Amino acid sequence: MAYSEKVIDHYEHPRNVGSFGKDEDGVGTGLVGAPACGDVMKLQIKVSPEGIIEDAKFKTFGCGSAIASSSLVTEWVKGKTLDQAATIKNTDIAQHLVLPPVKIHCSVLAEDAVKAAIADYKSKSNGLHSKKAAE
Amino acid sequence: MSTVQAGRNADDKRPIYFDYQATTPCDPRVVAAMIPWFTEKFGNPHSRNHLYGWEAEDAVETAREQIADIIGADAKEIVFTSGATESNNLAIKGVARFNRDRKDHIVTVNTEHKCVLDTCRHLEQEGFKVTYLPVQQNGLVDLAVLEAAITDRTGIVSVMAANNEIGVIQPIAEIGAICKAKGVYFHTDAAQAVGKIPLDVNAMNIDLMSISGHKIYGPKGIGALYVRRRPRVRLEALIHGGGQERGMRSGTLPTPLVVGLGEACRIAKAEMGAEAERLKGLRTRMLDGLNARLPELYVNGDLEHRLPGNLNISFAFVEGEGLMMGVKDIAVSSGSACTSASLEPSYVLRALGVDAEMAHTSLRLGLGRYTTEAEVDFAVGHIADAVTRLRELSPLWEMHQEGIDIKSIEWAAH
Repeated sequence: MAYSEKVIDHYEHPRNVGSFGKDEDGVGTGLVGAPACGDVMKLQIKVSPEGIIEDAKFKTFGCGSAIASSSLVTEWVKGKTLDQAATIKNTDIAQHLVLPPVKIHCSVLAEDAVKAAIADYKSKSNGLHSKKAAE
Repeated sequence: MSTVQAGRNADDKRPIYFDYQATTPCDPRVVAAMIPWFTEKFGNPHSRNHLYGWEAEDAVETAREQIADIIGADAKEIVFTSGATESNNLAIKGVARFNRDRKDHIVTVNTEHKCVLDTCRHLEQEGFKVTYLPVQQNGLVDLAVLEAAITDRTGIVSVMAANNEIGVIQPIAEIGAICKAKGVYFHTDAAQAVGKIPLDVNAMNIDLMSISGHKIYGPKGIGALYVRRRPRVRLEALIHGGGQERGMRSGTLPTPLVVGLGEACRIAKAEMGAEAERLKGLRTRMLDGLNARLPELYVNGDLEHRLPGNLNISFAFVEGEGLMMGVKDIAVSSGSACTSASLEPSYVLRALGVDAEMAHTSLRLGLGRYTTEAEVDFAVGHIADAVTRLRELSPLWEMHQEGIDIKSIEWAAH
């Protein structure tokens, strides 16, 4: 299979690999996918009291496209507000990485991971930075 | 947007080949034997009237002998085809359709190659009944289960001699004995086994056997089907025409390819024993090397009843396609869903009872005639480095280290 240069770059030099403590202040953790599907992404965001994502980390079990998709979103969420981060679309990820049709689901999972991390953060922060009730 | 082929490293060296079950390079001796038949002695072997035809025919008949020889058959029992896929189609469809009135049941195994399974599915649409036997965790068929599945409507039992993914060798002689006792034809897809393990169609009571050229250092595009003559197995041809190959497979024989297959068999017969020993040694070296560097490795399929050059290993917590990207200096394949067009994990591994997540972590490593010790050592280091690096990236490895039981988690799959 031919991978795009960007996918290879993220695979060889993944950005922001690692973990925050799950119970650390200001951390939201999204864990999506399933081992049975061959794709599991753990995405963590560290949110400042002002509601800006100041740091992000990821770990992924999956193919090169999955690793690249999750690595990419950790770059994209940094500096964004939660609402801005929630607008990251899988189509943008797929386009940026030039994912072939058979790998689009990797970008979908990365989008889900961001949303899951945001939801987790919100449920822990007592709605401090969110006007909506936790789901 | 430019694309870069995965598998090329920085200075564009070719990766070291570790995929001998997928295909094999031609042995240079095979190529040398083939060359005269392209431009010099290019006659049609069925041309009866001149030297060009006669010499081509002689070469074909010599090859036929060489192929018969390696399986203990008579030359008259060898039918040339375009490959094992065609041979499997011819054997199963041919016998089934010929005997359709009295025998409309087929028994096979769920780990067979797709060309056998798909042929059986197609025959189901023609009204045949097929039993797909399960295998045990080691990949071997349970003989009692097989025997119980045979009925008085069973026309043919098809069980591959050696599996292409996990290299496991089925108890062919025992299966042959059961089939003979029950009066059922026994077909075996021996594409991966011919030339690697001893086969004897009479000692093993085999009625039909599929042979592949490109699995034994012969050319692609040629194979053969052994069809027993005593007692005679009758079958309906798939390809009709001039009646070549005793009416079983019409078409002009491709002399160079036929010669190549014959030469490949001749070489394999002469070198099989020594080669098997050498490959077993290399394989042990590889497995020991990997075990020394990596925890949580699982060999899929029985290690003893196995082709000498095959390894199929699950590297827990690391996904197979991601791993293949990280070992671009070697050429391997994976049982991971991502690498099959269907996104389904390997059906062979699933048939062993391997969990879907472990099937996603597997690599198939195939060693062969030209694999060296140095290459094995390089591959061990290369794979171990990649697995270690990807485990650092893996949330599952992290959970495992923290003592979390991954099976206990409720995954929210999308």
